[in-house]
Amino acid sequence: MAAIFRTCAHTGLKVHNQAERLIKVHAVAGVLSILFGGIAAVLVLLTRWPAVHLLDPVNYYRALTFHGMNMLIFWIIFFEIAILYFAAPIILGSRVAWPRVGWVGFGLMVAGSLLIDVAILQGRADVMFTSYVPLRAASHFYLGWILFAVGALIGVCNFLATLVVAKTERTYEGSIPLVTFGAASAAIIAVVTLAHGAIIYIPTWLWSLGIVQNIDPGMYRLVWWGLGHSSQQINVTAMVAVWYLLATLTVGAIPVNEKVCRTAFLLYILFINLASAHHLLVDPQLSPAWKIWNTSYGMYLAVLASMIHGMTVPASVEVAQRRKGLSKGLFEWLAKAPWGNPGFAALVLSLTLFGFMGGITGVTFGAEQVNIISHNTLRIPGHFHSTVVAGTTLAFMGLTYFVVPLIWRRAIVWPRLATFQVYAFGLGIMIFAAGMTTAGSYAVPRRHWDVQFTSSIFQPPIEPAAHFFLGIMGIGGLLAALGGALYVGLTVVSVFFGKRIPDVAGAVPLAAVPQDTGRHTPISGTLVLVFVFLGAFVIYYFLNWKWLSNIWLIK
Amino acid sequence: MSIQPLKGVWWKKVDASEKLWLGIALVWCLILFAMMPLWHLKGGQNPSFETYRTTAEQYMKKVDALVAKRKVGEEKGMPVVAPDPKEDVYMLGRLWQWSPVLKLKKGETYRLHLSSLDLVHGFSIFPLNLNFMVLPGYDYVLTVTPTTTGEFYVVCNEFCGIGHHQMVGKILVE
Repeated sequence: MAAIFRTCAHTGLKVHNQAERLIKVHAVAGVLSILFGGIAAVLVLLTRWPAVHLLDPVNYYRALTFHGMNMLIFWIIFFEIAILYFAAPIILGSRVAWPRVGWVGFGLMVAGSLLIDVAILQGRADVMFTSYVPLRAASHFYLGWILFAVGALIGVCNFLATLVVAKTERTYEGSIPLVTFGAASAAIIAVVTLAHGAIIYIPTWLWSLGIVQNIDPGMYRLVWWGLGHSSQQINVTAMVAVWYLLATLTVGAIPVNEKVCRTAFLLYILFINLASAHHLLVDPQLSPAWKIWNTSYGMYLAVLASMIHGMTVPASVEVAQRRKGLSKGLFEWLAKAPWGNPGFAALVLSLTLFGFMGGITGVTFGAEQVNIISHNTLRIPGHFHSTVVAGTTLAFMGLTYFVVPLIWRRAIVWPRLATFQVYAFGLGIMIFAAGMTTAGSYAVPRRHWDVQFTSSIFQPPIEPAAHFFLGIMGIGGLLAALGGALYVGLTVVSVFFGKRIPDVAGAVPLAAVPQDTGRHTPISGTLVLVFVFLGAFVIYYFLNWKWLSNIWLIK
Repeated sequence: MSIQPLKGVWWKKVDASEKLWLGIALVWCLILFAMMPLWHLKGGQNPSFETYRTTAEQYMKKVDALVAKRKVGEEKGMPVVAPDPKEDVYMLGRLWQWSPVLKLKKGETYRLHLSSLDLVHGFSIFPLNLNFMVLPGYDYVLTVTPTTTGEFYVVCNEFCGIGHHQMVGKILVE
């Protein structure tokens, strides 16, 4: 079967029709997942907001399990596989290595996600996203995980095989582009992650069938987090690749030194998965030495990588803007950036919220001892809603406003609403996560139906301040839900009813990369910003050690 | 440009301003790393690594023995236990209660054992905000010195089924 290509009029990229179709189906599955997960999100939110306390306990825990699976796994991984079908075949102008295998992978992912969603809705898998043994779900829940993981692994292998095809068929010259390099890093991390998924879910599935008798809960937690946390590291890595992509599409970004950017991706591959230990810091079964080495990603070298990207991405924007002549003072380049472009707004919000909120809280709560005052409180979901939602999801939303015009070749129906969507979602999640994290510092537990403890034998008094912050969480969450609903609505309506975009250069506005003037372009504005970030980091980090020192002595 | 192949040599010398940030970020990472071993040496709050294998039956026996020896009363049907300082104190988690109620003294040090008879639970002293995991089959020993007085509660903060939110215990510190 000969591959059929078209040439994109807007980017000049060669597009294999199979790559395009695979991107479309994975993106559609992703958007459906965020719709399902989003409905559950609102139900969960309105239950955890004590002033509303909507659902009964059974439905609350069910909705929470459903929310976690559809958001953290289905939405993000479907979208990531779509990105992989863009990052190798389309960017490199190659054919997809194994189109039919790609469809098999997609089919497995759909089958797996359906099995899981059905199991949860049947009420036979009220076990949360983590399904810690010996808590038991129906066996089709575990089978669903296995099918989904194998399907995703096939998508990842197809990406890696396409890299080989592109290289041997010489569809490009030189080194692969930075975005592809970042996607490849995410793919390698994904292989490790999905392997953990297989290692833990195959025995657990057999256990649910009665074939395996006993699974040690400590061992389960250790291996499971090799899947659970590492899958979030795929998100981080894919998100950073999308940052570079959005920066290119919206301002024609120029990385200052690609050696630095690529080395940072390499640090992710080598170290980031150690952070699975973040979840095991107050567990009985592991030694302090093990905890310290792993929770620190081997001396924080993956944090170093994020701090590098946090500088190189804005620096690439600054260089491009300054070369366009916006070089007055420290921040003209930023002030006159395309703030009305949803892709650019998503980039800035994603990067800022990921760094200032998600990154700082994650590293702080991931310190072995500070985890004593964070573990399983609302501080934890507060942290990861800043990384996975404000960071990854927002970046993917911004990218969608390019996927629809470039891949579906349909215009976004209300472009100004798209911009509003990005700001509403970003601001909403920021308020939500701030409220949630702060409520957590009053020991409010996560995954808990009733913080007023009305039906338990003792009624611990809850601090009025914690109530207040749960209210903040509720208000921010509603704004984010509005943003999320607009995202799904805009995407679906544009795909079906958006104006067809003619294949003429310039019909989709993309930023041009400014000419190299040959002169040195300063990145002083970026440096100021990263030092502000470092200041916030230092303050928050040591404040937490101060708070830790106020609790009881323990060893 | 990030979506075009790089031609020629891109392994170039790092710009001075990038180098500055790289250096400072690396130093900060090393400080982050050093804090944890340092706190083990100098700090007062460190996760324990005193862990034993146990079973539900073995652990239950130890809890019962402690209750028989040190029971000083009952609160809402739950035995209240006032252990001697330095003594081994046993608390168990099960669907959906923490027992017994403990009566401790401020400034005294106790060896607090934690285990679960059934599922994974989360031991969270509320509103103090001190959290540890409790796994069935593991006897986790925390050496604890209460430094504040009052009524504290033990909340379960790991999902353990439909009655999870009802699982609340109590610790009194005098």
